[in-house]
Amino acid sequence: MKILVCMKQVPQKDAPLKLNESGQWIREDVSYEVNEPDAYALEEALRQKEKHGGEVVAITSGPARAQQVLREALAKGADRAIHLEDDAFVGLDALNTARAIAAAIQDERFDLIFTGLQSDDYGFAQTGVILAELLGWPHATIIMHLEKSDTGIRVKRELEAGFFQYVNMPLPAVLTIQSGINKLRYATLIGIKQAKNKPLRKVALAEIQSTLTPNLQKIERLYVPQKTKKTETLEGSPSDVAKKLVDRLRNELRVL
Amino acid sequence: MPDTILVIVEQQQGKLNRVSWETIAAAQAIARDTGWAVEAAVVGNNIAAVAAEVSAKKLAKVYVLDALQLERYTPDAFAAALKQLIATKQPKLVLLPHTYQVRDFAPKLATQLGRCVISDCTGYRHDAGKLLFTRQMFQGKFSADVGFGSDAPWIATFQNGAFRGDKAEAGAAPTPVETFSVTLDPARNQPEDWFKEAKQAVDLTQAEIIVSVGRGIKEQKNIDLAQQLAAALGGELAASRPICDNGWLPMDRQIGSSGQTVSPKLYLALGISGAIQHIVGMKGARAVVAINKDSEAPIFEIADVAVVGNLFDIVPPLIEEIKKAKARS
Repeated sequence: MKILVCMKQVPQKDAPLKLNESGQWIREDVSYEVNEPDAYALEEALRQKEKHGGEVVAITSGPARAQQVLREALAKGADRAIHLEDDAFVGLDALNTARAIAAAIQDERFDLIFTGLQSDDYGFAQTGVILAELLGWPHATIIMHLEKSDTGIRVKRELEAGFFQYVNMPLPAVLTIQSGINKLRYATLIGIKQAKNKPLRKVALAEIQSTLTPNLQKIERLYVPQKTKKTETLEGSPSDVAKKLVDRLRNELRVL
Repeated sequence: MPDTILVIVEQQQGKLNRVSWETIAAAQAIARDTGWAVEAAVVGNNIAAVAAEVSAKKLAKVYVLDALQLERYTPDAFAAALKQLIATKQPKLVLLPHTYQVRDFAPKLATQLGRCVISDCTGYRHDAGKLLFTRQMFQGKFSADVGFGSDAPWIATFQNGAFRGDKAEAGAAPTPVETFSVTLDPARNQPEDWFKEAKQAVDLTQAEIIVSVGRGIKEQKNIDLAQQLAAALGGELAASRPICDNGWLPMDRQIGSSGQTVSPKLYLALGISGAIQHIVGMKGARAVVAINKDSEAPIFEIADVAVVGNLFDIVPPLIEEIKKAKARS
């Protein structure tokens, strides 16, 4: 099976984020990491390849710094990588991102495309579904298990309230992978070494620009959320804080 | 014809998903600001009873998209059916609840219409004739006001709990119900029956006190500390998704959109940053106490009592103080 994994670089989880001058985006001078749901998508692709053979290709869109995501994927076992490289990719909405990916892979023939469940920055949870529609492929979201069948694949979708459902679908297809579907591996030293010699194709904005349109959704303003609750902050040494907290639990919240 | 807001309600096997009332309440609120009319659509097979239930609300019309191919949800059939309705009726705004099912088909539907979805909104603003939708970004660290860059129809989904379902206004008389016929090709996906995994061992929905751990717990061996705190308080231990993904606690102790939704008297969050997916599962708690070393963690937005600090410093003396207090009473 030939599998493409869409991966994104996002600010590190505990990175302190600040607004930029425009008030429409964050200041970009922070530490970045692989969008965690995408790490599970990559892991699942590697496991499928180990089972059925084939190829795993990682793709990302973003500035030069985003190459680190691809390097990590190659070190973990991806065979090659594609980098849609330009600062402008950061600002694309889900539709334009999907168009850019579709354009970058138009000469490829994948059986499956995996994405993470959603990204930790925009949190659209849409790019994979849109990509499937642009390619004319079926899709399924929030996948917890996947196996080959006679006619294609059988996937386990996570539903709400503890329910699940198996869905049979033909290939090629796009799947968005739920976090926790597998256990992530670490890159090995030898993997990191080998990654340096694996092919990494760069695609410039100009090559795919004709497929893009102005974003259909626009962030007018980004801001720290207004508080809806009155919060009391407890301060002092740990033992002071513990005493104050027990007082609140006992006398105000009445749970002790 | 006035401009309309079309609400796509959700039903499963003839039962309305309650979050649909919230979306109707949202549409009615926007309608009060804009003067637009609110219509609703029910999609499925043999859904007359659901349509009748929805028609009790104050709406201009209820459309029924009833077909055998809509009995079991598939993205192909749902997108095709709703595309036909939207192309014919030309609503200004289409609103849906942000359910797992909607996440599965709404982006496809929008793409077919040459539009986009502003997803997972928590509210809206209507400023100087312009409609903006508020959604969280960067895991809840920021909110964004987002506007549409295209002509109508505009499509948005509202997060579970963003509006109050009991605020959905009832109509003076039943709303007219209209059947809308759709033509559907066979779907590519073949879904099987819904099922649950082996019984859930713990029902956290009944717990009065919950101690919940997040990434801040750092290592599996530290879970024991949280367990001791839960035991001292006489509460249940729970966790955010990453902890269960790591296998540090079983999945049935997970709180959030993919886990259980709880409303205890006390929710004590240890090292939980408060991503939206977690918040939707616990914001019904009567009191929230949050301990986190990051003063900007979104969990503090909804906390009644906040402790900014290292949980490993604070929890041990806290357990001692709780034991002392309990011994006195």
